[in-house]
This record gives sequence, structure tokens and C-alpha cells, in this order.
Amino acid sequence: MQRFLSCGATLNAASLVSIENVWYGYDPARPVLRDVSLAIPRGKVVGIMGQSGCGKTTLLRIIGAAMTPSRGAARVLGSDTRTLDRDGLYAMRRKLGMLFQFGALFTDMTVYDNVAFPLREHTDLPDALIRDLVFMKLEAVGLRGAAQLTPAELSGGMARRVALARAIALDPRLMLYDEPFTGLDPISFGVISRLVRSLNDALGATSIIVTHDVQETLGVVDYVYFMADGQVVWQGTPQEVDGSAEPFVDQFVHGKPDGPVPFHYPGSSFAADLAMAER
Amino acid sequence: MAGSALRGFFERLGAAMTARIWRLGFASRFLVYLVLHSGTALRRFGLTMREIYFAGVLSLVIILVSGLFVGMVLGLQGYHTLQRYGSSEALGILVALSLVRELGPVVAGLLFASRAGSAITAEIGLMKATEQIAAMEMMAVDPIARVVAPRFWGGVLSMPLLAALFSAMGIYGGYLVGVKLIGVDEGAFWSQMQAAVDVREDVLNGVIKSFVFGIAVSWIAVFEGYDAPPTAEGVSRATTRTVVTSSLAILALDFMLTALMFTGGNGL
Repeated sequence: MQRFLSCGATLNAASLVSIENVWYGYDPARPVLRDVSLAIPRGKVVGIMGQSGCGKTTLLRIIGAAMTPSRGAARVLGSDTRTLDRDGLYAMRRKLGMLFQFGALFTDMTVYDNVAFPLREHTDLPDALIRDLVFMKLEAVGLRGAAQLTPAELSGGMARRVALARAIALDPRLMLYDEPFTGLDPISFGVISRLVRSLNDALGATSIIVTHDVQETLGVVDYVYFMADGQVVWQGTPQEVDGSAEPFVDQFVHGKPDGPVPFHYPGSSFAADLAMAER
Repeated sequence: MAGSALRGFFERLGAAMTARIWRLGFASRFLVYLVLHSGTALRRFGLTMREIYFAGVLSLVIILVSGLFVGMVLGLQGYHTLQRYGSSEALGILVALSLVRELGPVVAGLLFASRAGSAITAEIGLMKATEQIAAMEMMAVDPIARVVAPRFWGGVLSMPLLAALFSAMGIYGGYLVGVKLIGVDEGAFWSQMQAAVDVREDVLNGVIKSFVFGIAVSWIAVFEGYDAPPTAEGVSRATTRTVVTSSLAILALDFMLTALMFTGGNGL
């Protein structure tokens, strides 16, 4: 834990995202995030991992300024998200890209129009230049030939690649990935994970991957945070994960059915329930 | 015991009423925000034209066929009633005034709510459920300006046109039955209609009605879609609410507008 604090302080100076003592709860009595602090260093690919319901997607939404912390501060791309008005928020979001879990492609548009969408909305570029940019982005994800298909004609992996091309259309400084590997076959997974890494390095961007796919993610990220029950419980490099003494990390990484996260849902004792049944 | 049951009943009633008033307030703020952020929909009119096609052009079949049959029924019923008083030549007046003043705007509005209003709600609701709205927000594009406003204005502009076509088709249906089938004098049918139907009193008021209905239906449809819980059940319920609320709103508004327009503004 001491290492986290010292590391956090070191990272702050060069970090693109800084989460400071953030609390958040949909129901104030049951906070989803409890005093979370972390820093995302510039130029790195950082994973935030944890089981379903641990608060990692909520944290990603706070980073994307879709939600405001109940307490604490989220500084993203140099702005405190609590102080942003609508124009400031949109100005900040123009510098970030987000890949949603299932792509969130616009179903009434072709692949080409989906990728062209942010360019048409935010620039006055001529059609010919937009066309070149769209084909460059589609070429980067290997789907230039699918430009005229509709989202309904794409597989899950292809849809996510198109969504990735759309997310990088404006060359974002920060990329947010919400469960990018969920439900992908091994080939699609390999393609997406390689793209996450290569696009981050090629664009000089910073990437945050929120996921519960352990082994797949550890091969891509530079640094990883583990979250449980709304808190960061461990952090380190992928190489340090195996040597971690944190029981939750051991259970999560090795998929052990029992541990800090119990197998049994809390309830009355089994014996008492059986005795009641006999009666 | 009876006292606590009664208190519980009034508490639930009060909570339900408060929730509805909150929702109406939220919907009103939504409308104000929508109108204030309609610049994109009006500046890039192609976005609104596309919605006019989906809400208006694709509703033409049901509007025209319904208009024809309503006019034909009016022709039949009207003739049998007028004949008793020896004034079957006034059939043209009856058909035209019924359609232009009431049936055109109201029935076209009800059909529009069922055909286009439900489609708008379902589309926006599904966009929300599949995170397309959230994706647009994350791309720094305001979904109310980009998605909701064009659909709203598309509906508002389509509705008077559809009501006008409904009335025109209905008059033609009345003509087919009254003149071609039953044998009412063609000259009397058209000339009496021309003499009795006033452009400002009847036609313009009908157009105003259909415009108001267009605002009401489009507002309800886009709000219900945007406010729908992002689940299959949520979208389904929102779609149903659009049709029910729009239909009731049309009938209530029609009563109020008729009271204002055709009674000299002095109520009943």
C-alpha cells in the first residue's frame, strides 16, 4: 500500500487522468466507489480489473465525465470534471475516444458513415478529405473492404473494430475501453488486443481498459489496478501480478471459487434451513 | 383500521399524482431544451427531411386509405340522413366540413400517433438501450440536438400535410359514393361545398389543429423514447405509453381547440 501512495504521487505529475479520493453511489447509503484514488500515466495502457459490480464501469463513466463524483475529484486531460459546463465538457470529450462493450454503432448508418460521423460533426473538412481519413482509419482496423456494410451485417468482433475506427477518428489523446474483449472469439480477441496496443503507441495516446478478462488483458497493459467492493485493492505491473500477496488478486487471477469473494451468497445457516425443512 | 387504510390510499394517490406532475415538469423542460437546441435540425435541414420521409411519407398509405374509407362512410351516412330532410345536395358541405374541421386532423393525428409516434419512441428507446445515445454523448455530440430535434420537427411538419391529404382523400371518397354511386348532383355537391367552406374559419382552423396535434404527438413520442428505461420491457412500455397518451392528448386538445375556434371563443 505504501508503494501505491508513493507511486501515485510520482505518477500525478505526468498523469493524464487523476482520480483523487472519489466516492460515488447511485444510492447514497450504498456507495459503489469508496475513496478510490489512482493515476493514469501519459502514454501507457492501463487496465482496471475486478469482478462484475465492483465499480470499475462506474469509475470509467466518471473518467468520461458521464457522472460526477459525490466526493473527491476526477481530473481528466487537465480539467476537473466537476467544474466543467456543457461546452467545456464537450471540448474535453473531443479529445477522448471510447469503445463501448458491444460497439454501440449507429444502426441506421453504414460502416463508412459511422466512422465519418465524428469527422462530419466536429470538422468542416471537405468530403474528399473525410473519405481519405475514413479509409485510413478503416485500413488500420483491417475493414476498409467493409465500408459499405451495415452494422447488422457485421460479426461481434468486426463491429468492435469498426467502433474502434470511429473512436480514433479524431486522433484522441485518451482512449477508454469498456470490456473490449467480452464475448470475442480467440481470433477477434487477438486482433482487438493487438489493435489496442498498436493504436495507443501509434497515436501517442493513453488508454484505459476496464475489464474482467484477466489473462487477455495482462498481455496488453503496462500497468494494472485491481478493484474489489468499490476500492482499489492492488496495483502493479503485469509481471508483478503472480507475486502478489493480495488474496483477492490470487482468487481473481486464478479463478478460485472461494476466497475473499465467498462462493455462498450470505444467508442463514444451512443446518438451520434443513432443520426448518424437516419440521 | 379503516382510518389507516384510508390514509394509505390517499398517500398512494398523492405519491402517484406528485410523480406525474414531476414527470410533466421534466417533459416540459425537455421540450424547452429541445426547442433551444434545434439549431442543428434547422441548419442541416437534410436531417429533418430524412425524418419527414420516415414519419410522413411512410405514413401515406395508411393515411390515404383511411381517409378514403372515412370519406366513403361519411358519404353514405350523410346521404341517408340528409335525404330525410330533402337536402341531399348539401352532402358536399357535410363531408367537407366534417373532414376539414374535425375528422381530418383528429383521425390523421390518431393514425400518426400509432404509425409514426410509436416508431419514433421505439427507435430512440432502442438507441438508448444499445448505448448509441451514450456513444454520441461521448463523441461530444448532443443527442437531443442531433437525434431528437430532427425527429420532433419532422413530426411537427409532417402532421398538417398528412391531415390535409387525409381530408382531400376523404372528400374524394365522399364524392365517389355520393355522386358516382348514389347519384347526387355533381354540380350541387361541389358548388355548395365551395360556397359553405370558409378558408379562414374552417380550413385554417383545421390546419392549426393538425399543427397542434403534431407538436403534441411528436413531443410525447420523443420524450417517451428518450426517457425509456434501456431494456426491452422499458422500450415496449414507452411505445405503448406514446400511443395511449398521444391519443388522449389529441382528443382533449381537440375539444379545447373546437371550443375556442368554432364557438366564438365563448365556450359552450
